Amino acid sequence: MAIASAGLSKSLRRRWRFSEKLIESFILLNGLLAIIVLLGVLFLLLREGLPAFAYTSPWQFFFGTRWYPVSEPPTFGILSFFMATLWVTLIATAIAVPLGVGCAAYLAEVAPASVRETVKPIVELLAGIPSIVMGLIGLLLLSPLVQGLFNLNTGLCGLTAAIMLAMMSLPIIVTVSEDALRAVPKEFREASYALGATQWETVWHVCLPGALSGIAAAIMLGVGRAIGETMTVLMVAGGALAVPYAPTQPMMPMTAAIASGIGNAVRGGPQYQALFAIALLLFLMTFAVNLVADRVLERQKRKFAR
Amino acid sequence: MCRNIGYFIILLLLLFILSSAGCAPQAPAPSGSELSGTFKVIGSNTVTPLTAVWAEEFMKMNPKVNIAVSGPGSGVGIANLIDGTTDICQVSRKIKQSEIDQARAKGVNPYEIQVATDALSVVVHPSNPVSELTIAQLSAIYTNQITNWKEVGGNAAPIVAISRDTNSGTHVFFKEHVVQMAGLKTENTALEYGQDVLFLPSTEAGVTEVAKNPNALFYPGLGYLTDQVKPLAIKKTADDPGVLPSVATALDGTYPVARPLLYYTNGEPAGVIKAFIDYCLSPEGQAKVTEAGYVPLQ
Repeated sequence: MAIASAGLSKSLRRRWRFSEKLIESFILLNGLLAIIVLLGVLFLLLREGLPAFAYTSPWQFFFGTRWYPVSEPPTFGILSFFMATLWVTLIATAIAVPLGVGCAAYLAEVAPASVRETVKPIVELLAGIPSIVMGLIGLLLLSPLVQGLFNLNTGLCGLTAAIMLAMMSLPIIVTVSEDALRAVPKEFREASYALGATQWETVWHVCLPGALSGIAAAIMLGVGRAIGETMTVLMVAGGALAVPYAPTQPMMPMTAAIASGIGNAVRGGPQYQALFAIALLLFLMTFAVNLVADRVLERQKRKFAR
Repeated sequence: MCRNIGYFIILLLLLFILSSAGCAPQAPAPSGSELSGTFKVIGSNTVTPLTAVWAEEFMKMNPKVNIAVSGPGSGVGIANLIDGTTDICQVSRKIKQSEIDQARAKGVNPYEIQVATDALSVVVHPSNPVSELTIAQLSAIYTNQITNWKEVGGNAAPIVAISRDTNSGTHVFFKEHVVQMAGLKTENTALEYGQDVLFLPSTEAGVTEVAKNPNALFYPGLGYLTDQVKPLAIKKTADDPGVLPSVATALDGTYPVARPLLYYTNGEPAGVIKAFIDYCLSPEGQAKVTEAGYVPLQ
């Protein structure tokens, strides 16, 4: 009887160990899945995009200013798309980061609970507005405003797109930064006040640096959204092919160029490959943004560790 | 707060369930016809409003038939035809030889049927004093050689030239027949849209922009004309009279920027698709063409 029960418990334990292993490997698989998907995407982009450079030399492709995919023979130069993406993203970030972090600091540190409970859900609702609706708002409301304000020929320009993108990345920046600020231990603030610091000094010198990694993550997510957003920029950025030297010009960012061309491209044709090459560049850009942000974060963390 | 939102969501769900339950009994209708089947029509943004009317009428007559219509652009339609992912491809330009070759290579045999004609109107803001342009002037504007309205007899204001994007058959048709001036003595196939031309993803977006921008210029199909934009009279050459776009001027051939609206199928159509196309070409079908603002075949 005792032997039997001991044997049972042993087999049970073995079964547990086995199921433990199973769960462990399942979790490992889940962890690897993200990497597999990432590599899969990269592989696909390389396979479909690299042949484009057999048709157009990389120099001509990246620094060419003429994009005529449906002409005979087609020419593919993407400098104007690249510059447009740069303009739109930079301006969107420049608008969204101060506003977003400021809003988060107010909500987390200054606002009374009742205000925070009302404002935060509203800001989060902003994130749920579909991009096509944002595009319509930009087209009908913002573009005449921008046109009048800057005395432009048309309100469909990079600036209008950038403002709409800033509105779209704002909720992400606010929500994630606010969570980060609220995660800063209460003792930090109390210590700061005990040393005689004002509320402003506490926010600026204690809370914001303390939450920096979270805020940096928030900004990264916001920039990522701005780079990758397609529908809104397709609708309001204007879509001109000239290389933009000012944000108030109509321009066509890389995402818009891909979206407006891919339906028309026959699989495996030169235009299809060129569009995939643009997608590859877009992928590498977001990758670089993440990498740089990661480095900055790491350095910042080490500074605080000392 | 959270609880309130929860109640709200439950309420919405209830409403949704109730409304769908309310709709359900209406669906089946008595049918006397034997036609049934489902097919897709993909392609031109310009032809879509017309095909949608035809499809609606045809489905009313034959309740067992289901037609899905979408209009991302002629190029998309042809790409779908080549890939075998659409039954009918609706286009506002003729298929190119290179596209026929690609289709043949994939075992698809494009079969052409003209279903209507469209006149491409050139529109400006109603406050714009310019009322007519020659094809050569339009070409110069769209290649950015003319950039100010005063060069064509208007106010001293920059021209905002708007075009459809490359997915569109209208883009290609306008490039060949206006920008490159096909059929005129001045034809030059090396000309391309200028770098400052705005490329918009839909005809509606272009009309919207013209309706609120006094300096804008755009080329929608006749079916998209509204009271908020002013169509220009087009002169083939400086010596010809200016002709306003209309069904009559497109039919008698005096309006210079008219084009066929075509369906392409893989081989000669058969079965329900043939029945649909026969309906489109029938007198009732062609009557819908005029109602939708396009030009019928006869």
